[in-house]
Amino acid sequence: MIDSMSKDNVILKAEGIHKSYRMGATQVKVLKGVDLAVKKGEFVAIVGASGSGKSTLLHILGALDKPNKGVVTFEKRDLSRFSGGELNRFRNKTVGFVFQFYHLLDELSVLENVYLPAMTGRSMLGWLACRKWAKNRARELLAQLGLAERAKHKPYQLSGGERQRAAIGRALMNEPQLLLADEPTGNLDSATGNGILEVLEKLNRAGQTVVMVTHDERIAQRAGRIVTLVDGKIEHKHTR
Amino acid sequence: MYKIIIPTRYLLKRRITYFAVMAVALCIFIVLVVMTVMTGLVSEFKQKNHRFAGDCVVGTKSLVGFAYYEDFIEMLERADFIKGVSPVIKSHALIRRRDSERYTRVEIMGIDPAMHSLATGFAETLYYHKDDVSNAFRPAYDPNLPGCILGIDLELQRDAQSEYTYQASPARVGYSISCLPLTAKGALAQAGTDMIDTKTFYYSDNTHSGLPRVDISAVYLPFEQAQQLCMAGAEKRANAIHIRFQPNVTLEEGCSKVAAIWQNFRQEKTGADLAYLLDNVTVQSWRSYRRESIAPMEQEQTVMSVMFGFVAITTVFVVQVVFYMIINHKRKDIGILKSIGVSDFDVLELFSGFALLVGVLGSGIGLFTGWVFLVKINRIEDWLFERFGFQLWDRTIYAIGEIPNRVELKVVVAIFLSAIAACLVGALLPSWKAARQRPVETLQVNPL
Repeated sequence: MIDSMSKDNVILKAEGIHKSYRMGATQVKVLKGVDLAVKKGEFVAIVGASGSGKSTLLHILGALDKPNKGVVTFEKRDLSRFSGGELNRFRNKTVGFVFQFYHLLDELSVLENVYLPAMTGRSMLGWLACRKWAKNRARELLAQLGLAERAKHKPYQLSGGERQRAAIGRALMNEPQLLLADEPTGNLDSATGNGILEVLEKLNRAGQTVVMVTHDERIAQRAGRIVTLVDGKIEHKHTR
Repeated sequence: MYKIIIPTRYLLKRRITYFAVMAVALCIFIVLVVMTVMTGLVSEFKQKNHRFAGDCVVGTKSLVGFAYYEDFIEMLERADFIKGVSPVIKSHALIRRRDSERYTRVEIMGIDPAMHSLATGFAETLYYHKDDVSNAFRPAYDPNLPGCILGIDLELQRDAQSEYTYQASPARVGYSISCLPLTAKGALAQAGTDMIDTKTFYYSDNTHSGLPRVDISAVYLPFEQAQQLCMAGAEKRANAIHIRFQPNVTLEEGCSKVAAIWQNFRQEKTGADLAYLLDNVTVQSWRSYRRESIAPMEQEQTVMSVMFGFVAITTVFVVQVVFYMIINHKRKDIGILKSIGVSDFDVLELFSGFALLVGVLGSGIGLFTGWVFLVKINRIEDWLFERFGFQLWDRTIYAIGEIPNRVELKVVVAIFLSAIAACLVGALLPSWKAARQRPVETLQVNPL
């Protein structure tokens, strides 16, 4: 399947990914040789039952975790060969994460949460030089996500949907090439979840590459391509 | 910048950090107050000992004393580094107020008041003859009578607030002073007959050295009369020579020069009749001469320092516990930060910055409140005494006036830096643990 894709367009590729965890005395094999390629501008949904290893795969794709075996390449560069600093820059600039439980910092305002990646990716002087730009960009993102009025609020003052939109704003702050969403609607009611999916679709239509993990087939239908993970392997893939 | 913003927010928003700040502040407060008071007391005590002894003392512990002291004084007076020299007779005696039957053991100090004031700070300790020290042994009521200067606690009583009640002029009081004169061989003079020599002296002034042992037992007599009273034999003897150096001469330098002069003097006197009396004479700096008195205070200060070492360990422990709690509570934040590219070292820096903030704030509060307390400490003590009769140091026992409260900059800097170091050490392990956390461990709901 990988070979059949247009190689030039592939932005992210995973080959023969194995991952296992130790749980007490037993070794649990979660991923047993996963192959996956994601093209630039694609919206891929990874579907699987709870415990099938889809979140683990997403973390490996985003360099938050390392596989026991196999190779992940981003724009033909092997992530395992990245130094610590390169991996940090990759997570800061190239990838944007959206988590099921939003994971916003409670002590910061919504606006500060959104521009946090711009701040963490720069030295103090670098930040002082670009803070105006960063704050404007964060405000623009919040406006696009319908949170312009909520910029000064704290995360705990927002609804679930609003928090997730703020988390999307944070993920997009550094204009990442890849947006990874782990069950982004998993903690929301269907109407609010639908709103989040619309945001992701809109971003994808604007050219954003999105990889989303979900256990819900109906949500996965919103993606351009669905990959099903069963028993640690890609079972089948189909395009909408 | 986030390494400043996030710790500041943690500090402001998390109440548990207030405990860390308060713990640091409390420790700093205690350390500053006790160190200042203790250092003040020790330094004041040393100063008083220095004033009492001069810079250097050449002397012997033997009551027999040593001969040829006048020749040695001549040699000393020729040296340009010497400012003042004072020979002293030291002995023990019994004193009785003429209107009483009670005898008290005292220490005789035979001096020339003018010479002694040049070699030591003796004149400053007098009350009536501060500015007329050469007449210190002339009682104001009858200058022809032989005078004596009494340690202040022998003549006057202190009230609870450490104040002595002086009269406009010294009262006419006579004292019988009895002594056992010793020969150059160390034997009692006039053995078998009237061994005790008794003379009457009249109270002319009192000396307030601030050294309890001196103030309660010293009786100063004119040098020649003390010599006659305590020493028998044709050759004049003294027990000690107190010396003051010129202001530009260091203690070590001065003492070694005096020791060299003493060696020459001893060589000159080899073969003299009473040369054997020079064998037990030592040249000592005032610190060494008064070490029996100073050492317990210094030891007390060392014990206090060790105790404050424990206080510092407690601070480290408190900070460590608070940081463990905070970091456990903030595991998710660490995962979030790492997911957006923050490195392990950055996390370590962030939490160390947090510790620094706790340290700076805690020390700042502790130093400020400690300083305010010290500024008011004497007023607080007065108020407590007036209201409740409570005194930190009973002035009828301790020879101190006001509680020392001069805050020294070097002490403040040392305490501040120690507090910061304690906070950083306390936060190091939890911060390092936080830095080592893998983001997936904290961000995943289900590890699979």
